[in-house]
Amino acid sequence: MAKRGSISYLARRALSLVMERSARRPEVPKPDPEVRPAGLAEAGSGLSRRDFLRAAGVVGAVGVSGGALGAHVNRAVGQEVGHGGETGHGAAGGHGAAGGHGGNGTVGDVDLSRFDPTKFLRDFDYGEERREGGRTVREWEITAEDVEIEVAPGIVYPAWAYNGQVPGPTLRATEGDRLRIVFKNRGAHPHTIHFHGFHPAGMDGVFELVGPGQEFVYEFDAEPFGMHLYHCHTMPLKKHIEKGLYGAFIIDPKEGRPEADEMVMVMNGFDTNFDGANEVYAVNTVAFHHQRHPVKIKKGELVRIYVANLLEFDFINSFHTHANFFDYYPTGTRLEPSEFTDTKMFAQGERGILELRYDFPGRFMFHAHVSEFAELGWMGLFQVEE
Amino acid sequence: MENGVRAGKKSKEHGPVWVLLGLLPLLGLGVLLAFIVLNGAGVQREDVPPVEDLTVGRVALPTENEIVVHVTNGGPDPVTIRQVTVNEALWDFEMEPDATIPSLGSAEITIPYTWVEGEAYGIGMISNTGVTFEAEVPLAVLTPGFSGDTFWRYALIGFYVGIVPVSLGLLWYPFLRRLGASGMNFVLALTVGLLIFLALDTLLDAVEIAGGLPGVFSGVPLVLLVAFLTLLGLLATERLFRRGREEASRLSTSYRIATGIGLHNLGEGLAIGAAFALGEVALGVFLVIGFTLHNITEGVGIAAPILRERRPDLSHFAALALIGGGPAILGTWIAGFAYSPLLSAVFLAVGSGAILQVIYEVGRMLLRDSSRRKVPSLSASNLGGLTAGIAIMYATALLVSV
Repeated sequence: MAKRGSISYLARRALSLVMERSARRPEVPKPDPEVRPAGLAEAGSGLSRRDFLRAAGVVGAVGVSGGALGAHVNRAVGQEVGHGGETGHGAAGGHGAAGGHGGNGTVGDVDLSRFDPTKFLRDFDYGEERREGGRTVREWEITAEDVEIEVAPGIVYPAWAYNGQVPGPTLRATEGDRLRIVFKNRGAHPHTIHFHGFHPAGMDGVFELVGPGQEFVYEFDAEPFGMHLYHCHTMPLKKHIEKGLYGAFIIDPKEGRPEADEMVMVMNGFDTNFDGANEVYAVNTVAFHHQRHPVKIKKGELVRIYVANLLEFDFINSFHTHANFFDYYPTGTRLEPSEFTDTKMFAQGERGILELRYDFPGRFMFHAHVSEFAELGWMGLFQVEE
Repeated sequence: MENGVRAGKKSKEHGPVWVLLGLLPLLGLGVLLAFIVLNGAGVQREDVPPVEDLTVGRVALPTENEIVVHVTNGGPDPVTIRQVTVNEALWDFEMEPDATIPSLGSAEITIPYTWVEGEAYGIGMISNTGVTFEAEVPLAVLTPGFSGDTFWRYALIGFYVGIVPVSLGLLWYPFLRRLGASGMNFVLALTVGLLIFLALDTLLDAVEIAGGLPGVFSGVPLVLLVAFLTLLGLLATERLFRRGREEASRLSTSYRIATGIGLHNLGEGLAIGAAFALGEVALGVFLVIGFTLHNITEGVGIAAPILRERRPDLSHFAALALIGGGPAILGTWIAGFAYSPLLSAVFLAVGSGAILQVIYEVGRMLLRDSSRRKVPSLSASNLGGLTAGIAIMYATALLVSV
């Protein structure tokens, strides 16, 4: 490249001055070669003429006449462009109206009749409850199946799912209950259910592969109390988890927890093009679902969120609440919070319980503080009502 | 008499039966197609996902808060784009005419996004099956819209790059005329050398662009065959230029050289227009200098065949400069306002074919002049001229690629 002071540099400057004078276009500021970052100039001058021809093909210039493009021009910075309609940022009590969020989000909505994250949020499955020999027994029937799920509006992902949904049903029991899970594999591959918690070796769902069409009954006691997980543990493990075979497994302490508006948020993501990286992130599968459909909560009421990180490929995830702090109970195995914060990091498989109250009505965002995940769908809103 | 017999035989053989015989395979084809459409060919697989193949044509930044991506479906199955990302953030977008692009169809995706000047952007398009396609903005600058001002500006660039150097080269005409016969031969050989360089360069440019075309267009074979057919077509029609004389007039050869070089300069116009559209202003200016030096020899090449002739009218020189250099203006306009990789590749392929034909013609002229002067075809001056022509083009090409 031409160095400052070299003949070719001077020649370029001289000619660029001539060019600018003869062809100035007042409304568009032209980048001055002198004030451009060095890296850019370097990158530019490394290109050959043929590179330009290629660039013209890939990046190309206009092709579209100014008139045709003019039709779209009216959408100015910070205008309400979200397709969420009434749930868009513009109405979100000061968020985005000044141009902060622009058009970040998905276009359209998923088919909520197949899977509605809003319903899943507060749906706890206590199983079929009965008393046997003086103790509570809970029984569930869980099937693994191959099913297509919608992970963002219009984007279909070929999932493997427990009971046809990702995440699988949130199983809930009380410490000391006897749990019996009848697992049927209706998928095309062998699967298992591996529960986090205390149980005998043969109930761990690792070595007892359940082939297609086969059944297996897991039976163990609900211990210890806390916020746990269940997921398939067939190898290749990463594949069996990323495809959607996971769910939350909550064991309540015997003495219970204070009355609260409870919800479960399983942080997950989907590698839709199978390149070993997630294209879409969310809580409870659907990107930006709670941006389109905010989570309604009551002002002053205790909110308890059971959070788990089931993300694959990315090492960490996080949970951040706006305009509020929460008590955090790691893995939910102690009744005293370990931390009072508004941002919590989660490694793969890490989970915990968050408790918070909102003192102001309005819309408050919650999202991964890993901004990339947030912008790829892991972002939602609480709508606090009087 | 023999003709009469043959004619009779012809009419007998070309009756209605003959027409039917011609239609028979077509009839069979129709039956086969109908059968396959109705019953399938027995080789389909229902378990494989559709083939999704989307090619990004261009990305334009028409305003400070808008990115427009033009895509073409080059695959056999329709492609439906459901979500769009900008720098790994899902983003709002509108798609015209429809989210589903049929095979060989095109669509325009408009993304309301406030980009930062000088930064790079990656645009992702996610299909309904989760397949992703990528477009790139290597350097974000406003894409010049169509206005009288930009039109004039692009024309000016093309003028500097095309018409000015070719005219300057033609100005050597009086000087070259005073050369001796061997000097003139040297200039002819030099012309062949530079034409060889230009033919290769143009063809490689065409292949380069063709490589980026959607697969269905078979870009590279298309370009090579277009160049080949252009060469054959021009060789076949050369007779027309001769108008009954033993060889074509040397002035008409000059015109054909100018045409071939003009098509080559169209490619250079495309390159420079694209550089300016991408906002590589400084580099564009650098390219302008390089191309001026690079193209000045083209004027010599155009003038070479008419050195021995009576000086043609000055209007011929003006026309030659316009034909040889003018397309550069056209190229900058195309790159700036209506870039089509397919058309550009075809234009360049035609250009390379045309240059190959004039290489043949000027080469023949050189050999004839040499034999008339009783010097070997590969005399020192001929070989030297040829090498000098290639060397000059190669050396000045360094200026436009560094």
